[in-house]
Amino acid sequence: MLAAILVLALLGLALGLGLGLAARFLRVEGNPLVEEVTAMMPGSQCGQCGFPGCGPAAEAMVAGKAPVTCCPPGGRALAEALAAKLGVSVDLSGMVDKPPAVAFVNEALCIGCTRCFKRCPTDAIVGAAKQIHAVVADACTGCEQCVDVCPTACLEMRPIRPTLDTWYWSRPTPGYC
Amino acid sequence: MRLFSIRGGIHPDPCKQATEGLATVSLPLPGRLYIPLQQHIGAPANPIIKIGQRVLKGQRLADSQGHISAPVHAPTSGKIKKIANYPALHPSGLTVRTILLEADGRDEAVDPTPCADPLALAPGEIARRVGEAGVVGMGGATFPSAVKLNLGNRYRLQRLVINGAECEPYLTCDDRLMQEQPAEVIDGIRIMMHALGVGEALVAIEQNKPRAIRRLREAAGIDPRVRILPVPTRYPMGSEKHLVQALTGRETPARGLTADLGVVVHNPATARAVSQAVRHGRPLIERIVTVTGGAIAQPHNLQAPIGAPIQALIDHCGGFTEAPARLLNGGPMMGQAIPDLGAPVVKGSNGVLALSRAEVQGRAQSPCIRCARCVQACPCGLLPLEMAARARKGDLDGAARYGLLDCISCGSCAYVCPAHIPLVQWFSYARGELTARQRKQHKQEEIKRLAAARGERMERQQREKREALARRKAAAGTPTVETAEEAAP
Amino acid sequence: MNGIPEVQHGPHIHDSSQVGRIMRLVMLALLPATLAGLALFGWPAVYLFLLTTLAAVAAEAACLRMAGKPVRPFLADGSALLTGWLLAMTLPPWAPWWVGVVGALIAIVIGKQVFGGIGQNPFNPAMVARVALLISFPLELTTWVAPTPLWSSAAPGPIEALAITFGGGQGQIDAVTSATVLGHVKTELGRGVGLEQALAGSYGLGDLFLGQVAGSLGETSALLLLLGGLLLIATRVIRWHIPLAMLGALALLAGLFHLMDPGRYADPLVHLLSGATLLGAFFIATDPASSPVTVRGQLLFGAGCGALVFVIRTWAGYPEGVAFAVLLMNALTPLIDHYLRPRIYGRDRKGAPLTYAEEETP
Repeated sequence: MLAAILVLALLGLALGLGLGLAARFLRVEGNPLVEEVTAMMPGSQCGQCGFPGCGPAAEAMVAGKAPVTCCPPGGRALAEALAAKLGVSVDLSGMVDKPPAVAFVNEALCIGCTRCFKRCPTDAIVGAAKQIHAVVADACTGCEQCVDVCPTACLEMRPIRPTLDTWYWSRPTPGYC
Repeated sequence: MRLFSIRGGIHPDPCKQATEGLATVSLPLPGRLYIPLQQHIGAPANPIIKIGQRVLKGQRLADSQGHISAPVHAPTSGKIKKIANYPALHPSGLTVRTILLEADGRDEAVDPTPCADPLALAPGEIARRVGEAGVVGMGGATFPSAVKLNLGNRYRLQRLVINGAECEPYLTCDDRLMQEQPAEVIDGIRIMMHALGVGEALVAIEQNKPRAIRRLREAAGIDPRVRILPVPTRYPMGSEKHLVQALTGRETPARGLTADLGVVVHNPATARAVSQAVRHGRPLIERIVTVTGGAIAQPHNLQAPIGAPIQALIDHCGGFTEAPARLLNGGPMMGQAIPDLGAPVVKGSNGVLALSRAEVQGRAQSPCIRCARCVQACPCGLLPLEMAARARKGDLDGAARYGLLDCISCGSCAYVCPAHIPLVQWFSYARGELTARQRKQHKQEEIKRLAAARGERMERQQREKREALARRKAAAGTPTVETAEEAAP
Repeated sequence: MNGIPEVQHGPHIHDSSQVGRIMRLVMLALLPATLAGLALFGWPAVYLFLLTTLAAVAAEAACLRMAGKPVRPFLADGSALLTGWLLAMTLPPWAPWWVGVVGALIAIVIGKQVFGGIGQNPFNPAMVARVALLISFPLELTTWVAPTPLWSSAAPGPIEALAITFGGGQGQIDAVTSATVLGHVKTELGRGVGLEQALAGSYGLGDLFLGQVAGSLGETSALLLLLGGLLLIATRVIRWHIPLAMLGALALLAGLFHLMDPGRYADPLVHLLSGATLLGAFFIATDPASSPVTVRGQLLFGAGCGALVFVIRTWAGYPEGVAFAVLLMNALTPLIDHYLRPRIYGRDRKGAPLTYAEEETP
């Protein structure tokens, strides 16, 4: 009996020591997971998640401080991929994919103040001071920062319409299951 | 000749008795024709006419753009009213740029440019004339035929296969064409053989069309190079990959063409259009459309001009006897829903089906019981139940691993499913999602690049500012008011 | 609208198959053997059968309601009824009422609904229940009676039968207790009696074929079960691969060993005709949700079942092995499905696109 207690106690001590040493000498510097998650993010630094950019958002998600559903431009697809990567379960039923939209300048109202294109993270707005601006749709990520700063409210988000090339059948309704 | 078997497949009731014995009738010319600029795979055609211009029947209205495209011609004489977006013959209900032609009733044609001896032309010249005539695959795929006829330049071709299978239930347009104009079809076949540089043509016709087989055999005569072959009646025998397998025993490699096997496949109506284009100098401006189904009063095979509104065809067939449960462009297996009766007949429209409720037999969906009938029915050796289960869970990559991208969407699996699960819609949705995600991925990479470029630009500007400042300071030698600006971010 | 139907995806036609129709055909195929069994074993069997099936349907309704799913469509497809029916076919006909009820509950709740309902069960629900009952209540599940046909004088009447099913009238049971063929064989072999002696006089092949032997309802008329199974194959409800592979493997192994030592190993016909072999081959192993989806997979699955039945009957502690064999092979089904996939058109076995060597026209 005594032998058993002794053996188990020694075993416990030895293993605990081993773990401590491993934690000290074998630790991985930094968290490569954060870099991988950052690479998966849209990268436009739009700030809709509430964090200053995609990198900080990735850090927060890896640390568990932010849900994987926090990125609206990434939508459902990104949330699923992040959930798979971080090994968390996520309830996507409440997540509605915001239809992708691009900004559009109402030329009648634009005063050429240049505030919007200074803000645009991808330089999708072209124009100069005192000249009417226009949005290059292909470069617009839909982050809406320009809409926030426009003083004359001449910017609005317009949903991207499907074309004959991009349209596809919707998900079938699963019947009664 | 020895035939090979294909896997899977189904035997739906052919339902062709309403129209297979009826001679083709011509649709009276509608007052207005709506000619889409895109009726083919590839880039849309570019209009070369002006609003208000008077055009003649057969006159070119729009030029092809790029390598894979086709021109569009006037089906009758009249005035160009406008070029605008108009409902497309597409289930999405979206519009397509369309030329609206107001017919003047005179049906005056341009002088055709016939050729007395097409077989004396160079193969490349034949392909060029076929392209100029706007001929595209008329079995429904609408691939520009000129491009296909030029495949001899890139592939070693041995034979031409004419796909006269018409395996979809209800459709009889190819059957009637082969019975009524066998000489033109054979002529087109010979011209295509010359263009492709092949020595053999196999005309495959399902065994349920004995009259077509007989008429074509008579028209082909003793020519040993053109052989008429009855093939077993089975869906999807008309799938070109499976037809070639049945005839040659070889499977088209995945992601490849039948040309990899030395075979090019064309539809009989395309063959006739080639004959019309090359021998008679007439462009593709009309086609036979089977209008049938339980909800149509008098089913017919109609010879209709391209651009005729679907409503006109239905009216000529007596209208609906009841509200149709389905209104389809094509056959009941792979046909697409028609969203608007004003949408026009296009080069690939082989049928207008108005199915009654009784014919559709729609039932409520229930969960999959894994009975594996879909696996038995699949002609491509896929596991539809697994692909659909993964698509449902959102595991699109998993579905792709199970062969989603190899699916030909024939619908055999959904036809036999006892739980009435819309399998093919799951696959269409999943493929669409995958493509959309890829596009999004590309856009994201592009955005990252743009954001990085902007970051660089900002940094560069800051750097230049600092350098300019430093130079000014060095020149002045004393600290200036600018220091305050330098301190501010 | 303007007479145009809503846009829907094809195909727009369908054959006549339906899930409910499949279940009904299976029940039709089971009906002759069931009626024969009920007639042979009398009123207690009838009561047990009714109770088991009713309990199965009730359990399904309760589970569906708890899960928030619509009850009527799922009950209407008849799958719960069929599960209860198959379970009842494998129970001792004079078992007490609670054996049937508990079994039905285990089959439906644990064997099926917990996994997500119809089509999601990894194991055959009736077999899960049978094995659970066998292990938990070995006495009740191994108390067999000799046939006492409804028309015979020794058979208990409807009121008397109530006492047997509900009252635990052990005395009446004892009077007619008998062993099944396989049970008898195992006991005798254990006592060192040779096979020919054990079988002689007690059970003839004819009895086995027509079903005049002790056993469960499903162990009786081999002839009627075989006919039912062939009906299922003819109507394409099941395919022939699993039954043939299972019976073939069993017959092959039994034949081999019988040739080696006829005194110790029963001949293939005894194996095929006794026990729940035919019921298992046509009705139990072929459960679509728990068996493989491809032809090669089904052949492997069937062969595995047959081999395991032989192994368990011959060398394991239980005289009857079908339930265990099927459950063990059910556990392998996902693995079989993962590795034994059909070759995709245009690709080779590994999934790479086909390539052809340069050659001339054939």
